Amino acid sequence: MRVKFMLNGKQTIVDAPADRRVVDLLREDFGLIGVKECCGAGECGACTILVNGTSRLSCLMLAAQLEGVEVTTIEGVAPEGSFAIVQQAFIDCGAVQCGFCTPGMVLAVLDLLQRNPQPSSEEIREGLSGNLCRCTGYQKIVEAVQVAAALLKGRRA
Amino acid sequence: MCQSSRPLTSAPSVIGQSAPRADALTKVTGEERYATDYYPENHLWAGIKRAAYPHARITSIDISQAKGMVGVVAVLTSKDVQGSNRLGIFEKDQPILADGIVRHYGEAVALVTAETKEILKQALAAIVVEYEPLAAVFDPQAAMSKESVILHPGRADGNVLLSDEISCGRGVEALADCEFTAEVSIEVNWQDHAFLETEAGVAWLEADGTIAMIASTQTPFRDRLELAEALKIPPTKFRVMAPYLGGAFGGKDGITVQGFLALAALHAGGRAVKMWYEREEHFLAGTKRHPAIMKYKLGCDQQGMLQALDCSILMDTGAYSAMGGEVLELAMEHAGGPYCIPNTRIKGAVVYTNNPIASAFRGFGVPQVAAGIEQAVDELAKTAGFDLLQFRLKNAVRRGSVTPTGVLLTQTVGLSECLKKVADHRLWRERELWQNSAPAFKRRGVGLAACYHAVGFGPVIPDYANAKLELAADGHIRVFAGVSDMGQGNAATYMQIVGHILFQGYDNMEIVLPDTACTLPSCSSSASRTTFTYGNAITGAADILKERILARALLLFSFQLLEQLNVQDLVLLPGRIVHQPSGREVPLQLIAGFMDESERIATYSYTCPVNKQVLPTGKKLRHHGYPHRVFSYAVQLVRLQVDTLTGEIEVCDLLNCIEAGSVLNPQVFEQQIQGGAAQGIGYALFEDFALKEGKIRTNDFSTYILPTAMDIPNMETVVVPLAEDDGPYGMKGAGEISIDGILSAIANGVAAIIGTRITQGTLTGEKILLALRQAGKEAVR
Repeated sequence: MRVKFMLNGKQTIVDAPADRRVVDLLREDFGLIGVKECCGAGECGACTILVNGTSRLSCLMLAAQLEGVEVTTIEGVAPEGSFAIVQQAFIDCGAVQCGFCTPGMVLAVLDLLQRNPQPSSEEIREGLSGNLCRCTGYQKIVEAVQVAAALLKGRRA
Repeated sequence: MCQSSRPLTSAPSVIGQSAPRADALTKVTGEERYATDYYPENHLWAGIKRAAYPHARITSIDISQAKGMVGVVAVLTSKDVQGSNRLGIFEKDQPILADGIVRHYGEAVALVTAETKEILKQALAAIVVEYEPLAAVFDPQAAMSKESVILHPGRADGNVLLSDEISCGRGVEALADCEFTAEVSIEVNWQDHAFLETEAGVAWLEADGTIAMIASTQTPFRDRLELAEALKIPPTKFRVMAPYLGGAFGGKDGITVQGFLALAALHAGGRAVKMWYEREEHFLAGTKRHPAIMKYKLGCDQQGMLQALDCSILMDTGAYSAMGGEVLELAMEHAGGPYCIPNTRIKGAVVYTNNPIASAFRGFGVPQVAAGIEQAVDELAKTAGFDLLQFRLKNAVRRGSVTPTGVLLTQTVGLSECLKKVADHRLWRERELWQNSAPAFKRRGVGLAACYHAVGFGPVIPDYANAKLELAADGHIRVFAGVSDMGQGNAATYMQIVGHILFQGYDNMEIVLPDTACTLPSCSSSASRTTFTYGNAITGAADILKERILARALLLFSFQLLEQLNVQDLVLLPGRIVHQPSGREVPLQLIAGFMDESERIATYSYTCPVNKQVLPTGKKLRHHGYPHRVFSYAVQLVRLQVDTLTGEIEVCDLLNCIEAGSVLNPQVFEQQIQGGAAQGIGYALFEDFALKEGKIRTNDFSTYILPTAMDIPNMETVVVPLAEDDGPYGMKGAGEISIDGILSAIANGVAAIIGTRITQGTLTGEKILLALRQAGKEAVR
């Protein structure tokens, strides 16, 4: 079927089987390798993308569901805004180890901070509990989110 | 072409200072390419037909239908393997594709390459394999009995892969003289690595017949040797490239998909092939942490000095040996804990069963035995009436001590300092106050464990690294990493070391990741030796390059200043060299232009010193690593809260007090310590791996539960930075030590709360609730 959607800010039309998984479409057809796959069953969050600004799991979505929506992958997030600050906080706080969870985690953080700009430590942990990380023990990720939230608050003020 | 990437701009990093990892930028933007992210042009997909029985004879494999399908390129079986078809390091017992017998569920039987993933799936389903089921053994104790079915006939010891006994002093007799004794029997569970990037790679044939592959591997150089024998192709005809790994933790120490990839590439008509396990296939085919059955009897005198230990360890290595022998060695060597116990007997065996394959996993046998000895130590201290921490301090090994396995500790030992720091820490000092302030229907407890972890491969297998460093023609520094970075950040640390010696920032440096075509042969990313060994090698290479750069600069300055100059007058600065007396500068690029390629590239080979002791017992363990020379130390403390209504357990606080030598990059060090401890929490409480007759019942993340951000507390890491002479800048390995004591600390905390010990497997809420019930403490307010 023909699916028309916005991909990283560009109007996109693809001809794809309606049941093609979005994670495959993005990785294999568009080369967006920042969309990781780890469990293929919606348990780990590595394949997180933003759909109309909200975090979604691309391994659980099918091509037909893309019709008319706005998809943002790690490659397409506007560098201005909170993205650069969250990325820099991840780097500075040492929140990146093997990095395989990182793109999905960063997108989940953007979604979280949009919904809750000043999350408590518990809210951060709850907000990221759908994204597994096997390397860090999460502590430095939580710290990075706190640092990013503080910087963003300063910028708004 | 070697792949290289230039990282973020940064000021020159200094040893001892926290510096952001050079790889963080490309990972946080999603640009970094892992083995899974390569999709060569016109590539095929490769996949595996797997066994449906835990132990069976293959009577026929009908590939005709699969072979005839449109879009199928090749269907291969063991008949297509030209070499020994056997993988392994010490025991080469594992076929790439089963030839006659399958010995575990999911063993590889046939390999298919196809145009698309969909066709691949259909073709795999169309292969018809007929089996004659054989008797199977799933219990390691039963596997040792004379009646058991034998997995690998022809071996002298039946199903016993390796067994030995270490004995010191008067051995087990001394227990009779002890004033106090304690006994514990502990069974610890399997654990899956659950790295996020499942096993993956791509391979293709190059024009000269070389099989090139990009694989997620901890062992690019050793992989060539393993593949060469199995496929009867010279090792130099393989080129293995290892990009950054999406986690490994030991689970990619050796061949995973590489044998399949090579075989597929040989039959792909020149096209590239790609393989990438799905999560369920990872559970089925990947290795695990060895489960262990342990019996401990420990005794001390009236003063609380440990006198005697009798213990036995039985490990299940599953269908193939993998690193079973080496894991048993490390378990036995650490079985008595970091204590002075003059009289010991330590018996160990690792056996084959028709279970999944167990092999290397961060900790490598030590978390298992720590769960044995540390629970025995707690029980004995309680029985003898000593404070749990002071009892450990009283018996702690020091530099010059002999361990319970007879190992003389010639290198740095920081255990006493760690214990003293924990003794002074508020989490220990305020433990009673905290325990007594539990809310209604909650009970609180504190658990403690002390442990140590050997660095490197031991006395027989050379623990070497060959570093290479280049001053590129354009003046920047190229650091070649011969050892994989599975996520621990060692590649960035090599840049930090080089940057420190040559005073260059990341903006003037690039890293070249392992590639057997251009980095130099180095041992694996494993055994708490990755930065320890390669760090020594890269330090040597950087010193040589620095000397050459300055020597050549001296000639230039001499010409400019028309006098004889002294090399001591020159200093390296970022991107340039300064002659201090005159203030004149020349850029590195100019110096590079005055050097031949052979001068611009410095190499340095380093092999770790070893323990030369000749020990009277445990002779069979020697070539598996016994005895070691350098050890890291830790004391770990947890504060736990149990819900008496549900059995739910929460780790509220966690303290890691670590002595792993000097710390090169505190942030990267903390990453290792926190990450290892978090995996320890998963091992202790969540990852309840379950098997039924050799079949894995927990084969996805909805049944095999990994800790989330809500399950891991904020941890505190306290460092005791003793300088170790063997290590680069005084460091020791820190990759494994923090997983070692967590299960035992949690088990000790749970026992403190309930009053009895849960002695089997993962400490799940169900087991805790049952134990509370049996102790009459269920639903206690």
